[in-house]
Amino acid sequence: MKIFVCVKQVPDTETKVKIAADNKSVDTAAVKWVMNPYDEFAVEEGIKLRDANAGSQLWVVTVGPKKRAVEVVRTALAMGADEAIVVDSPELLEPLQTAKALANVIQQEGGAQMIFSGKMAIDDNAGSVSQMLAEFLNIPHTTVVSKFSASGEAVIVERDIEGGAKEIVQMQMPAVVAANKGLNMPRYASLPGIMKAKKKTIKEIDWAAAKVDLAAKTAIQSMELPPEKPAVKMIAGDAAKQAADLVHALRDEAKAL
Amino acid sequence: MGKILVFCEHLNGKIKRSAQELLTAGKKSGNTVVAVAVGAQSPSLAAEVGKYGAQEFHVFKDPSFDQYNPELFTQMAADIIQKSGAQIVLASSSSIGKDLFPRVAARLQSGILSDCTQLTIQGDSVLATRPVYSAKCFAKMAFTDSPVQFVLMRANQLPIEESGGTAPSAQEHTVTPSTPLRTLIKEVVKGASEKLDLTEANIIVSGGRGLKEAGNFKLLQELADVLGATVGASRAVVDAGWVPHGMQVGQTGKTVAPTLYIAIGISGAIQHLAGMSGSKVIVAINNDPNAPIFQKATYGIVGDLFEVVPKLTEEFKKALHH
Repeated sequence: MKIFVCVKQVPDTETKVKIAADNKSVDTAAVKWVMNPYDEFAVEEGIKLRDANAGSQLWVVTVGPKKRAVEVVRTALAMGADEAIVVDSPELLEPLQTAKALANVIQQEGGAQMIFSGKMAIDDNAGSVSQMLAEFLNIPHTTVVSKFSASGEAVIVERDIEGGAKEIVQMQMPAVVAANKGLNMPRYASLPGIMKAKKKTIKEIDWAAAKVDLAAKTAIQSMELPPEKPAVKMIAGDAAKQAADLVHALRDEAKAL
Repeated sequence: MGKILVFCEHLNGKIKRSAQELLTAGKKSGNTVVAVAVGAQSPSLAAEVGKYGAQEFHVFKDPSFDQYNPELFTQMAADIIQKSGAQIVLASSSSIGKDLFPRVAARLQSGILSDCTQLTIQGDSVLATRPVYSAKCFAKMAFTDSPVQFVLMRANQLPIEESGGTAPSAQEHTVTPSTPLRTLIKEVVKGASEKLDLTEANIIVSGGRGLKEAGNFKLLQELADVLGATVGASRAVVDAGWVPHGMQVGQTGKTVAPTLYIAIGISGAIQHLAGMSGSKVIVAINNDPNAPIFQKATYGIVGDLFEVVPKLTEEFKKALHH
């Protein structure tokens, strides 16, 4: 079985965001880049599926500026992926273009029986690439998946929906599964894994060779920081007074009830 | 003027508040508003969609539409968008909306802006604001030469207004899948909570490590019951296994923007703040006066939550039920 995992490099969750001078992007100079947290679940699930099916191969692929994007596939190799591809792209692609690049590259590599990704990237928060990739490959998808199993050509997943409910979904392979937190516990890269990953050849694909024939359909007009909040109003007194004053303030001042 | 198609989610014979918001936004833009609803109950919603401004109403009432299926719904949405001639499509950034419309957008080679918090439509020009970097900043976005402009809006962000319109006649449609469906929804397992989802809730009461143990979440539940609120949690207590992941608010949980967010025993890690700072009014209750949560709060109480929360529940009871 040939399994693909799509990963993305994103600023670490502790990063403080600074808007760049052009007012349309984020200043990335001081950013520490990490694997998108949801993609870690995808890599782990890919490793488990490969290990459960003798003779399988796990490919990890990313689309991003090569200079830094190469790090994220090295992390996946260190965790246990077999092969890695970096599609060297311009900054700030939109999901439609990323998905098209992934679809084309996966097809150029002979296709996949199973594709995993994170349910969304925590930088652009779109959560669109998995579904678009499935559409371009004309295969089924399920997003927000917290449980996965496969037997033969059939995949059974649990998808988290509103109110803590779950849909139990059966799909026919090949399919795209977008991972939610809770799917598994991603392993840490072992030291031998890291050493091995350093020596691996990573396949690089030019942006032109990814043959993305779609122009951007959206554009950022400006970026803004959240509006400054007025200073907090502290409510003093004993517990009874605090509770009474708070309810009063919420009802009569903030009109939040 | 062009056409705006609004995908209306509904529950118990009523369209959801999110759909009322989107219909209102469409109506205000001066475009013709085309409502779409699916499922056996959908034809009965004509008066509802008309009330908020819909002039056309398309329904898919086959019972197969009572359960979301990505493949079936993609074909339904792509068909009706093309048939109606709509250039703008508005839907809720819900479990269905977020799963479905990126795929529909890809089929129609169009752009999509998901999880938006602000929306301005003038003629056929759309401007939407969406949080990026987990709401650490906001991007104002427009479309450039997109055949269809897709916008997914978060709930509770836009005003609703009844336009006094009459019920449009429900035009019925069916879908014949071009290929056999490869996706089958075998079962839906209900959640423990009958309450509104965190992403739709108007009031959220959230708890963190300050609660000391899982059992103490009942204090929050009692407060939430009085307020009609939904209970959330910080990552720390989800990781500790006190409550399920579906209750997590934050960067690797749910991003929420209720009218009132009450954070109890939550210190306010940056990844939690990212998920809730869009809330209109924030109350923080914590025993540590230096907790970062107070920097985001509208009202702060430094104190022992085990004393303050029960008192608060009593006060709300008095204020709301007398």
